[in-house]
Amino acid sequence: MKLTLRVWRQKGPEDKGRMVTYEVDDLSPDMSFLEMLDVLNERLALKGEEPIAFDHDCREGICGMCSLVINGTPHGPERATTTCQLHLRKFKDGEVVDIEPWRARPFPVIKDLVVDRSAFDKIIEAGGYISAPTGSAPDAHAVPVPKPDADRAFEAAECIGCGACVAACPNGSAMLFTAAKVTHLGLLPQGQPERDSRVVDMVATHDDLGFGGCTNTGECTVACPKGIPLDTIARLNHDYLKAGGKR
Amino acid sequence: MHIDESFYGSGEPIADTKAPAGPIEERWSERKFAVKLVNPANKRKKTVIIVGTGLAGGSAGATLAELGYKVVQFCYQDSPRRAHSIAAQGGINAAKNYRNDGDSVHRLFYDTVKGGDFRSRESNVHRLAEISRQIIDQCVAQGVPFAREYGGLLDNRSFGGAQVSRTFYARGQTGQQLLLGAYQALMRQVDAGNVELHPRHEMLDLIMEDGRARGVVVRNLVTGEVRSHTADAVVLATGGYGNVYFLSTNAMGSNVTAAWRAHRRGALFANPCYTQIHPTCIPVSGDHQSKLTLMSESLRNDGRVWVPVKAGDDRRPADIPEDERDYYLERIYPAFGNLVPRDIASRAAKNVCDEGRGVGPGGLGVYLDFAGAIERLGRDAVAAKYGNLFEMYERITGENPYEQPMRIYPAVHYTMGGLWVDYDLESTVPGLFVIGEANFSDHGANRLGASALMQGLADGYFVLPQTIGDYLARNPVGAVPAETVTAAEAEVQERIERLLSIDGDRTVDSFHRELGAIMWEYCGMERTEEGLRKALELIPALREEFWRRVRVPGSGDDLNQSLEKAGRVADFFELAELMCVDALHRTESCGGHFRAESQDEDGEAARDDANFSYVGAWEWTGPGERPILHKEDLAFEYVTPSQRSYK
Amino acid sequence: MAVTGGLLLLFVTAHMVGNLKFFFGAEEFDGYAAWLRTIGAPALHHEWFLWIQRTGLLLCVLLHIGTATSLAVRARRARPVRYRHRPAVQGSYAARTMRWGGVIVALFVVYHLLDLTVGVLNPHGEHGEVHANVVADFAPERWYVTLFYALAVIVLGFHVQHGLRSAFQSLGRGDARTLDLVATGYAVALVVGFLAVPVAVLVGVGS
Repeated sequence: MKLTLRVWRQKGPEDKGRMVTYEVDDLSPDMSFLEMLDVLNERLALKGEEPIAFDHDCREGICGMCSLVINGTPHGPERATTTCQLHLRKFKDGEVVDIEPWRARPFPVIKDLVVDRSAFDKIIEAGGYISAPTGSAPDAHAVPVPKPDADRAFEAAECIGCGACVAACPNGSAMLFTAAKVTHLGLLPQGQPERDSRVVDMVATHDDLGFGGCTNTGECTVACPKGIPLDTIARLNHDYLKAGGKR
Repeated sequence: MHIDESFYGSGEPIADTKAPAGPIEERWSERKFAVKLVNPANKRKKTVIIVGTGLAGGSAGATLAELGYKVVQFCYQDSPRRAHSIAAQGGINAAKNYRNDGDSVHRLFYDTVKGGDFRSRESNVHRLAEISRQIIDQCVAQGVPFAREYGGLLDNRSFGGAQVSRTFYARGQTGQQLLLGAYQALMRQVDAGNVELHPRHEMLDLIMEDGRARGVVVRNLVTGEVRSHTADAVVLATGGYGNVYFLSTNAMGSNVTAAWRAHRRGALFANPCYTQIHPTCIPVSGDHQSKLTLMSESLRNDGRVWVPVKAGDDRRPADIPEDERDYYLERIYPAFGNLVPRDIASRAAKNVCDEGRGVGPGGLGVYLDFAGAIERLGRDAVAAKYGNLFEMYERITGENPYEQPMRIYPAVHYTMGGLWVDYDLESTVPGLFVIGEANFSDHGANRLGASALMQGLADGYFVLPQTIGDYLARNPVGAVPAETVTAAEAEVQERIERLLSIDGDRTVDSFHRELGAIMWEYCGMERTEEGLRKALELIPALREEFWRRVRVPGSGDDLNQSLEKAGRVADFFELAELMCVDALHRTESCGGHFRAESQDEDGEAARDDANFSYVGAWEWTGPGERPILHKEDLAFEYVTPSQRSYK
Repeated sequence: MAVTGGLLLLFVTAHMVGNLKFFFGAEEFDGYAAWLRTIGAPALHHEWFLWIQRTGLLLCVLLHIGTATSLAVRARRARPVRYRHRPAVQGSYAARTMRWGGVIVALFVVYHLLDLTVGVLNPHGEHGEVHANVVADFAPERWYVTLFYALAVIVLGFHVQHGLRSAFQSLGRGDARTLDLVATGYAVALVVGFLAVPVAVLVGVGS
């Protein structure tokens, strides 16, 4: 099959960038989307052009490194699927496909489709952990955790930190990412001692980094490849208000 | 026995001098008591470099920083959270005996030594089994959401053919949850200023001074800047080298460069030929394939593996009647059936495909059929158990496994070999420590399911932080002379420029694919003297062609993914040669190394304990030069070697 | 946002319920309007309550618009480079039209005040003759006014649907599905209530 790609090319952080059109033929519907880019890059390299830079690593949907806004949708048209798991059989032969990087001020473009997502690490740094230095732990069975809490904590903890929520949010907010961690740790007994400071510090860092405010549009949860539910944000707000009340 | 020494030289035997001698249960306590301690006030003045942020590196960085050391840490990914440990699905073993089913530290120790086909060190494995219990406690305290039962206690399952339920898990994402636990602990230390973190940095050389590892040269993958960092000690936590096969379940970026650079600087590389090939991966669909996807082994609990009886039978699976199907695992191994260990299941699949009975594109696949399970348990029950795996399979292949059997094929998954380390996890280069999959230590010739996560975290949380203190306390060092640093940087820079200047007519990937095909063919699931010798001709020739014809577009001054790949592939060439040498010299079959010449009358792997009960640790002598073998003899005081049987 | 929106919604709800008095005839409707001016009497002077309420509402509106503007500014800053391929709305349509919807509602409120409070844009335009004003306003030949009114009310419905849902979410309450149901139900009731009067006038009931 054949596709016409319009790809964002940007030499570096200072470059203005532009969309460049590539015709890619001789493709197989069994290829993954990234394998299609591999094929294009091989051809570009042989022609002496610079290949398109894009982030990817595990290619099995768990590391969160791949990104790409495909035809306006983060991770492309298939729901609950990362770009690396998206296959060409989801596209029509001859289709025109636009490929852009995540767009958000806290995610500056490094080159082509590669953006810097270290802002997410900063949010975690601000409090997305339980302070349990190695060696200090009691026996694992010392504190039982009700199964429903453990299951919901797991659901929130499934976040892969890819940033699709930010890319999809019309406000450029990272609230779903932040809320997923707040929810994961806040549902567990081990997470209680730091529950208040965690949410306050994480939200403050989120805002300082330049992410937009959440207006509950729900675009994030639709784009999320792991389907992190929107009510994690309600939990975050609940904890935030409660923590503020105590201060 | 015939050993042709023309392809390698023999060196002095080596020995692990750090493990205490007494009763095995007391060795680790004794060692911990014997280590010299670093004065708390001095810890702040000691800097440790850690390369890699997976389970081993992440946990080590967090723990060393908590102890008060200054940590400088690197990873090639954009965040420590993306290290490939994240992709581990199954679970983590621990001898908690929460099930009261007879598990114990000793049983986990025994199972691991046996599972490793008697090619691992008893002292190390026993320590691993002891620590396994602390790991679970630690992870729960950090908030790792393990699966729980209705009573609120942790759930366990039996995994990889183990007779006891000792595997803790978080659905099919145990690696992810454990890694995020370590990552969060690490980020807490970054925030506290105890860890200086450098993501998107790749280590390209080890800095040596006075015979000790004193630092690393790294390339900033965003700006292209080559810079060095010095420290009191260096820790490599850089994972395995399965990507030498091009196609593997490893992440695209997983590579051997850090370990290989250390090897070139004097660290011995142990057992490079021990490769684990996982039986249940999604088969290759075409030449474009860039990586292979693992599907949890648990599928074999309910799925039945079969191929057509007749070679070249290309009917649709539903059209093949029951009596024209060969459920070969059930036929050959009636006792274990579809649940035989990984290496056996993998080789059996290769054998039936070699007979021309494979299914799917290229005839490289076997069926894993759930029709029986769906009929017996109902579609809903099957969906509840395997729903997400079925979805993943359908997403990748476009086929619905509820309607037609899955196709699976073995794929390279894990490498047991790695840099040689002693009981303290220190390599043969003083001050260079190696942890996690990057070292060779605990799995022998074959790793059991759910043991990789256990080893990575044991090394990082509990072993290294204790043992590295002994080294730091005993070896105060001064500053590294500036000329040593500049020389190391210059060497790295020169290599980068060389790669960029070749300007040939073949891409890096085309070389990598070709190398992978050679390795898979001749140093894959089944190895023969003839094949390995052929590989040892093909690889150097391809390596030479690489340095003549590779084309690396772009420059070294910014993000250049082709350049990154080129450097990694160049090192894979040298590693591939060593793997073939190791595989050729080890004329026995053991664990993940099957030599066709060494099998019993039933076609099962035949070990040769009389001649090969040792660790093969290789010394680098130069590109294309014969490596030198140093043997570390293995002694079995607690577990008597026996031949594995799964019939 | 949630607090000011909530207060405004309380007013809008009371306004809608009050409007339904229209169906009890001119006398009662005009009486109701007159009563509004005497709330709090004798403690409060004539219309004082109304002015207190108006001040409060104005404050809410200003704060509401102020917060919305700051959120919009933040959103713009958070995405300095826009997507070339405009993303399709995947979440809720109501959520994505909050800003424009808000502007439309605000413009409508201005018109509405000039029309039925001040009376300058009303064809009848007599203070105290509320019923007559309304009837004159929605007369069949002025169908475009009714249409504009209806559109504005529907936009308000969307605004309230997401606003209500979002307010609960912002205050950290409830699960998504229940909230959706409650918010949608409330918005529909509001729209139907508001449309009842002009539709009734249009088809000749109550006049």
